[in-house]
Amino acid sequence: MAIDWQTFWLTLQLAVIVSAALLVLGLPIAYWIAFSHRRWKFLVEAIVALPIVLPPTVLGFYVLVALGPHSPLGRWWISLTGHTLAFTFTGLVLGSILYSLPFAVQPFAASFAGVDPKLIAASATLGASPLRTFFRVIAPLSLPGLVTGMALSFAHTMGEFGVVLMVGGNIPGVTRTVSIDIYDRVQASDYAGANQTALLLLALCFVLLAFVYGVNRKVWTVGPVK
Amino acid sequence: MKWVGWIICAIVAAVSCNGSTAQAQDNNGQEIVVAAAADLSSALKDVADRFEKKTGVKAKLSFGASGALTQQIENGAPFDVFFSADMDYPRHLVDVGDAEAGSLYQYAVGKLVLWIPADSPLKLEQGMKVLLDPSVKKIAMANPQHAPYGRAAVAAMKHYGLYDQVASRLVLGENVSQAAQFVESGNAQAGFVALAHAIAPGIEGKGRYWEVPADAYPPLAQGAVVLSKAAHKKEATEFLEYMKSKEGKAVLEKYGFSLGSR
Repeated sequence: MAIDWQTFWLTLQLAVIVSAALLVLGLPIAYWIAFSHRRWKFLVEAIVALPIVLPPTVLGFYVLVALGPHSPLGRWWISLTGHTLAFTFTGLVLGSILYSLPFAVQPFAASFAGVDPKLIAASATLGASPLRTFFRVIAPLSLPGLVTGMALSFAHTMGEFGVVLMVGGNIPGVTRTVSIDIYDRVQASDYAGANQTALLLLALCFVLLAFVYGVNRKVWTVGPVK
Repeated sequence: MKWVGWIICAIVAAVSCNGSTAQAQDNNGQEIVVAAAADLSSALKDVADRFEKKTGVKAKLSFGASGALTQQIENGAPFDVFFSADMDYPRHLVDVGDAEAGSLYQYAVGKLVLWIPADSPLKLEQGMKVLLDPSVKKIAMANPQHAPYGRAAVAAMKHYGLYDQVASRLVLGENVSQAAQFVESGNAQAGFVALAHAIAPGIEGKGRYWEVPADAYPPLAQGAVVLSKAAHKKEATEFLEYMKSKEGKAVLEKYGFSLGSR
């Protein structure tokens, strides 16, 4: 009946870790997509976008099989740690990164591509290395896109259901997230508990997203002047 | 850009065509929608095929956890007949007026088995004790909150006094089929599934099973009801009658259900 705070804490942790990981992973991928001139670039773009199309349960099933001992990846992990990645928090993180990848990479890449190429060229002629140019010119100018990508992947992970259902195994404190908790409550006719939990999730995510977009707006108006 | 228009035309045509055929079938009453517990997935497909050959009525099947399906029915899901994995959900539906009181029928008694992958080194002759083997890191079962097989599994583990020892290693599938999937994919080393699942075509050979003795858990009497809001009540009743026939019963037995004593 009462709200299960453990699941909230767990889901929040998952969302924070996943969006942080996507920042690290997404930046180079987005950079490559925005600036590469390879002819087969569109293939990579398509692959990155695939998780949007695949039903989460299907994606979850593939992840489950990939983590299991019948796949090379699963075998490698088991030989390393002695257990499979499924039904663990790490497994959820992995599945969620895959699932939310396009929600980080696409806004990143779009904002990188929107940076005035003259500024990038100017930075290069002034002797800055590509890495320096990225951190001093490209990244600051694409801050709104970066914030949007982070916020989207965070929100997407908070509400994630299918992948968690398929690979989580519903273990309290390990893989039972808020969305699974709400589903269980509805199935068990605990509508009041489901409503309360859903409302809290909604309120929490609204506040967080409103905060992020609010800050984002300010940064955007100040940014270019600096 | 002309081709965009053509594609849209084609899609619209395809969709509307599809819609009209569905309607035609609807009008003839040649189609019923059956909601059924996950443990019936192989058995009912067989039953539905035979039923269609015999009567010309096509039965569309929708599988899920009994609790989940009950929720859907209460909220207006367009099913005609419901096969639960227990008696409580159908009884509840009768009580709230969503199912026809006179139609409640115990069609089978399900059997719970402990199931391990074929290549597992575990010795099933030991029965329930294999769960204590250190190589068993995860034990899959259906969620006892809304799946009867999950409740049976909990009862069985408690019966053998193992529940507290293995509780931390349990992983819950949304229904009994998903529990089997956890084992089949190798992520769980053992799992509680329906006998129907362990001997289903395509699954057989992928694992070995140990039948949990019937005295270890409350009987999994499974009931079916015709739903009050059924669009095709007559055909739905026929389908249920077919399940009661000798032929229907034989199919159920073939797929690992006992018919039980009533």
